[in-house]
Amino acid sequence: MIKSRFALFGLLGCVLLSSCSAIKPWVKPYERQNIADRVMDMNRDPVSESYLSHVHEAREGASGADGAAGGGCGCN
Amino acid sequence: MVVTKPEMNFKSDMKNISAYLLALIALISLPLYAAVLPDERVDALEHNYNGGGIEVSGPSVLVRKNIGNSVSVSANYYVDMVSSASIDVLASASKYSEERKQKSIGFDYLHERTTYSISYITSDENDYHAKTYNLGASQTFFGDLTTLGFGFTYGQDVVGRNIKGVPDPDFHLDKDRFKYNLSLSQIVTKNMIANLSLESGSEACVHMQEGQSCLNNPYRGYSYLSNGVRALLPEKYPLTHNSDAAGLQVVYHLPYSAAIRFDGRIFKDSWGVKAHNEEIRYTQDFKKDLLLELKYRVYSQTAADFYSDLFPYKDAQNYMARDKELSPFSSTSFGVGLSYTFHWNIPGIDKSTANLYWDHINIQYDDFRDYANFVQVKAPNGGYKVGEEPLYRLDADVIRFFISFWY
Repeated sequence: MIKSRFALFGLLGCVLLSSCSAIKPWVKPYERQNIADRVMDMNRDPVSESYLSHVHEAREGASGADGAAGGGCGCN
Repeated sequence: MVVTKPEMNFKSDMKNISAYLLALIALISLPLYAAVLPDERVDALEHNYNGGGIEVSGPSVLVRKNIGNSVSVSANYYVDMVSSASIDVLASASKYSEERKQKSIGFDYLHERTTYSISYITSDENDYHAKTYNLGASQTFFGDLTTLGFGFTYGQDVVGRNIKGVPDPDFHLDKDRFKYNLSLSQIVTKNMIANLSLESGSEACVHMQEGQSCLNNPYRGYSYLSNGVRALLPEKYPLTHNSDAAGLQVVYHLPYSAAIRFDGRIFKDSWGVKAHNEEIRYTQDFKKDLLLELKYRVYSQTAADFYSDLFPYKDAQNYMARDKELSPFSSTSFGVGLSYTFHWNIPGIDKSTANLYWDHINIQYDDFRDYANFVQVKAPNGGYKVGEEPLYRLDADVIRFFISFWY
């Protein structure tokens, strides 16, 4: 049931994003110096981060939804 | 008390897969722009975990290389060398050593502003084998301010068992795993990025016979009261497990090349476990040479419906577990890390770093008693009563050392 809701949210999100293509970026490319700083990278060292995630997962009942979206932040 | 969990109709997963494929098709049919492939890099990591009578160490090597302007290939080789005399092992078995090897290969294909990802992972140890297939897509919108991602994972596991260190040829349990995730990454302001992740997972035993389950550790037993002492019998678990998690990460840029980050997550599963964790992390970049990271994390969870440290009698419920990961507990951890950037001029290498991270984890169990260590210990009044032994606590240190090269 919850998975179906996720799919529905995904579809709705896609439709909304398609219809909002006229929205202009409110953070201009020349304003992204701080965003591009390496201290802002949520997945700076993937091998190291995934290992620590694995450690927590092995000791805890909970898992999942602890990663970054991936695909970049539009900094380049 | 008899706990009866509703068994999921596993065929419903096929409907969910169809729904997600529909969402994926909708996602990739959106207007497309341009994005970038992940960095080309090599990471060589040595890891060490030491706590609770368990030591796990080994290497992990990741290589990522682009082919042309549209394809990125990655490969990872990871080893866990385990030496265990954990509280579970002390309760029902003897100390053991084993090795787990994990290999993965992945491909990312970039088409304008959409990245399609596919990967395959194998994990092998002498009593557990796993194959995992990942499929994903992400796309940026609004001048690259927004990234929407989708992922699907399917896994096939084979659970085995060793008898006196030798694999038991007659013990062979099959398990299927599914995971679905949606993620949204948003540049909120020129100083703030936020990520929202939703993940839903299910795992189920297949081809099981009556009384079997593949979702528990086959070596562990539940504990029950028998003639005034603890007795052990093999655990009894449901055949399915479903879970949902939602996570939020927010990072904010501070002056002088520093950042503060918050991570939070809530989790709920079909076994009655509810959990949440929060983390705060501070990162400081000193003159682009030395990067310092400090963090503090808290975690808390409730017990599974069929968990008990000590059942009142044999077969008290239809499902019974004494897995401390299903018990109620809370933990705190803190970590410190340093990353140094070398200023070498190596032909073909753009950047190289050496990194050292240390994390300390403390877990306080609220209903998991340390009877294995205290069974011979006399309390001040002549001995601990069964079910009143001291609560277990675990302290662990995690060390990561790695070097990275970008080219």
